[in-house]
Amino acid sequence: MATTTIAAPSGTDYIPVKHPFNFGRWFRATGWRHLVGAVMVIFSAFPLLYVLSASLHPGGTLITANGLFSQIDIGSYVTLFNLPQQPYAAWYGNTLLIGGITSAGTVFLGALAAYSFSRMRFVGRRAGLLMLVLVQMFPQLLAVVAIFLLLNGISDIFPAIGLDTQIGLIMVYLGGALGVNTYLMYGFFNTIPASIDEAAKLDGAGHARIFFTIILRLVAPILAVVGLLSFVGTTNEFVIASIVLITPEKQTLAVGLYQFVSQEFSSNYSVFAAGAVLAALPVMALFLWLQKYIVGGLTAGSVK
Amino acid sequence: MTTPGTERDRAQIVAAKKERQASRIAEAASAGIKVLLVKVLLLGIVDAISVYALFVLFMKQDWLVFSLVLLVTIVVNWVYFRVKGLPAKYLTPGLIFLLIFQIFVVGYSGYIAFTNYGTGHNSNKEDAVNSLILSSQERVPDSPSYALTVLEQAGAYSFLVTDPDGEISVGNPDSPLTEVNNAETDASGQAIGLPGYTALNFAEIVNNQEAIAALAVPVSDDPNDGSLRTPDGSAAYLYLSDLVYDEAAGTMTDASTGVVYTEDPSQGSFVAEDGADLQPGWKVEVGLANFAKAFGTDSIRGPLISVTLWTFAFAFLSVATTFALGLFLAIVFNDLRMRGRNVYRVVMILPYAFPAFLSALVWAGMLNPQFGFINQVLFGGAEIPWLTNEWLAKFSIIFVNLWLGFPYMFLVCTGALQSIPGELQEAATVDGARPWQVFRLIKLPLLLVSVSPLLIASFAFNFNNFNLIYMLTNGGPRDVTAGVNVGATDILISMVYKVAFVGANRDYGLASAFSILIFVLVALVSIISFRQTKALEELN
Repeated sequence: MATTTIAAPSGTDYIPVKHPFNFGRWFRATGWRHLVGAVMVIFSAFPLLYVLSASLHPGGTLITANGLFSQIDIGSYVTLFNLPQQPYAAWYGNTLLIGGITSAGTVFLGALAAYSFSRMRFVGRRAGLLMLVLVQMFPQLLAVVAIFLLLNGISDIFPAIGLDTQIGLIMVYLGGALGVNTYLMYGFFNTIPASIDEAAKLDGAGHARIFFTIILRLVAPILAVVGLLSFVGTTNEFVIASIVLITPEKQTLAVGLYQFVSQEFSSNYSVFAAGAVLAALPVMALFLWLQKYIVGGLTAGSVK
Repeated sequence: MTTPGTERDRAQIVAAKKERQASRIAEAASAGIKVLLVKVLLLGIVDAISVYALFVLFMKQDWLVFSLVLLVTIVVNWVYFRVKGLPAKYLTPGLIFLLIFQIFVVGYSGYIAFTNYGTGHNSNKEDAVNSLILSSQERVPDSPSYALTVLEQAGAYSFLVTDPDGEISVGNPDSPLTEVNNAETDASGQAIGLPGYTALNFAEIVNNQEAIAALAVPVSDDPNDGSLRTPDGSAAYLYLSDLVYDEAAGTMTDASTGVVYTEDPSQGSFVAEDGADLQPGWKVEVGLANFAKAFGTDSIRGPLISVTLWTFAFAFLSVATTFALGLFLAIVFNDLRMRGRNVYRVVMILPYAFPAFLSALVWAGMLNPQFGFINQVLFGGAEIPWLTNEWLAKFSIIFVNLWLGFPYMFLVCTGALQSIPGELQEAATVDGARPWQVFRLIKLPLLLVSVSPLLIASFAFNFNNFNLIYMLTNGGPRDVTAGVNVGATDILISMVYKVAFVGANRDYGLASAFSILIFVLVALVSIISFRQTKALEELN
């Protein structure tokens, strides 16, 4: 903005004056910003480099992890998949499976609800929207004790969807599907002009066809954001997963890795670090890939 | 006589009716046969599951849940088979999950807070009596020996016994001994098999020794009659309990010491006169006892107050520090002249993209007092107790949360700053405002308007930021004087988790009482913040 004063008036033969490089002026204008940037890059990236270097140190403990990149070997990654008590590959698969199904279900249930709130007028619509906004304030983990006892009760009737089952855990997560995301989606649905629906209706399309073949395609960006945020949220979720999933083969990465590292904190560190690097890869890749959409979605809701 | 007015009304009504009919036909015609098939198939699956659940509940005679399941099934079928009520068809699937796993569980927490549910009070009274009697059983000295054949049916074991008088009976831990007369016997009259069951041979008995030794088959419906057990799989002996249960009087008497334990319905256990009680007890409603324990006992009230204060302080400081750093960085990097802004930006987003539970564990390693990078390398081997000193642990938590949270605030503030029109700044500069004044008087107020709902959301999130606390310090250092398992950096939700699920002594009732407290606090915070931001008034 400060540069506007030297902007060239159009149509004249303006030749910019070449200032000799002056370090002091450069530093005052943008140089100090690079200094701040350098400090922040170290602050942000160092812990990630640390865990990467720890994972490449074979058989390393917490103390050997301090010699950054002094040794490079994938031994810890091999050990990780051959632990007798800790089925890391199963945890990994479970996390992807539970996260994938939960985010698909969340997107679907949320989109159904957002469609009805955005396109239909019915008694209790405003009250319903209000309720969803309020429910957002009370995350499910507050009722973790009741969820545990409820699933325990369901186990007596239906062992297949009760405690220590992944279906049970996914059902619990789907309970939070409407609360957090419907409002986010509702705003986006409202930006799609209703005249599109009406045109389709005149051409003889029913409500289901309009929803599945027209609306869902137009709102794809918000579906991607909600799906991704729900996937990341599920991957990070520890409280409910840790009380529902008991058998090691059924656990997720968050539960399994925490229990693994808390048993022998310092001596298992390089194997844990290898597990952490692999666990973070899909989430970070998705995140950086969809960065643009997420930043838009962030300002509309989700927090960390 | 009809007036023209009513005639017109009638015509309108007819027209409206025709229109509705036409739209109904159009709707029905557009929904193809495939859609109908899918709908019938999905409903069929739901109904099949419900019928199975209803059958199981009917067998268990659990009428409350039975009627709830029945009601939900009827509502779901009604919603999808009627022509009208389109919004309900779209809302029902999500609402069912929401009602069960988000709204019902809140009410259920409220109920549990008024019970003594927890270790030692897990089940009903009948189960407690059986388990008390079973656990105190001992072999009756010089009791007769019953010839035994262990039978197996569908994975469950039964005892086939021949008593000293030659009578043959069969029973398992769930159903007492009953006489049978179709058993196969050997030459000596001892039963060796029963139609429908498989008799275990010696090798199978040896392989399942532990499971068989744990079996206790009641002799009759009255638990006081004792049960049969076998140490070796070939002979069973009568085991009698030291405890004698008198159902009419509601007492449990220890036959060896003569102490009488009387049933206490307010505690849910059998209590002797000197106050000693028998474990396990059973689940009863205890009224406000959990709340009285939380607020009335000094060893719990003190920690509860400090945990609540720290929860508020932590949530507030988290928002304040991350917002301050994020805003500062947003201003620093919001200069078009600067090169390489995108590189800085991507690197600074990395902590946000890294899964949060892993970040906390990685930092826990780096801050480890003996071996961690911070102490060993940065402080040259000093053993600074980052995670084990009360105040340093609190500082570490805020610091690690700053690392976790500043990228979000940076992104949000950058977006908000860029949406402030440039003319405002130009106008202010022309009027002679200095850069600091431009920022403080123009940009900051505008920025706060757009980000304050997000700051409130961030506060609410950090209020329950369980992962960070639990993974970084595990709530520690532990407060040894407290009556519950709680530490200096515990926030309310991690305290609930520890009381309910960590350690041998789980107290679901007390944990739920704490949960109710969090609900009340969160509700208060939301009421205040929604009043301030008027976010709800914009709903339409």
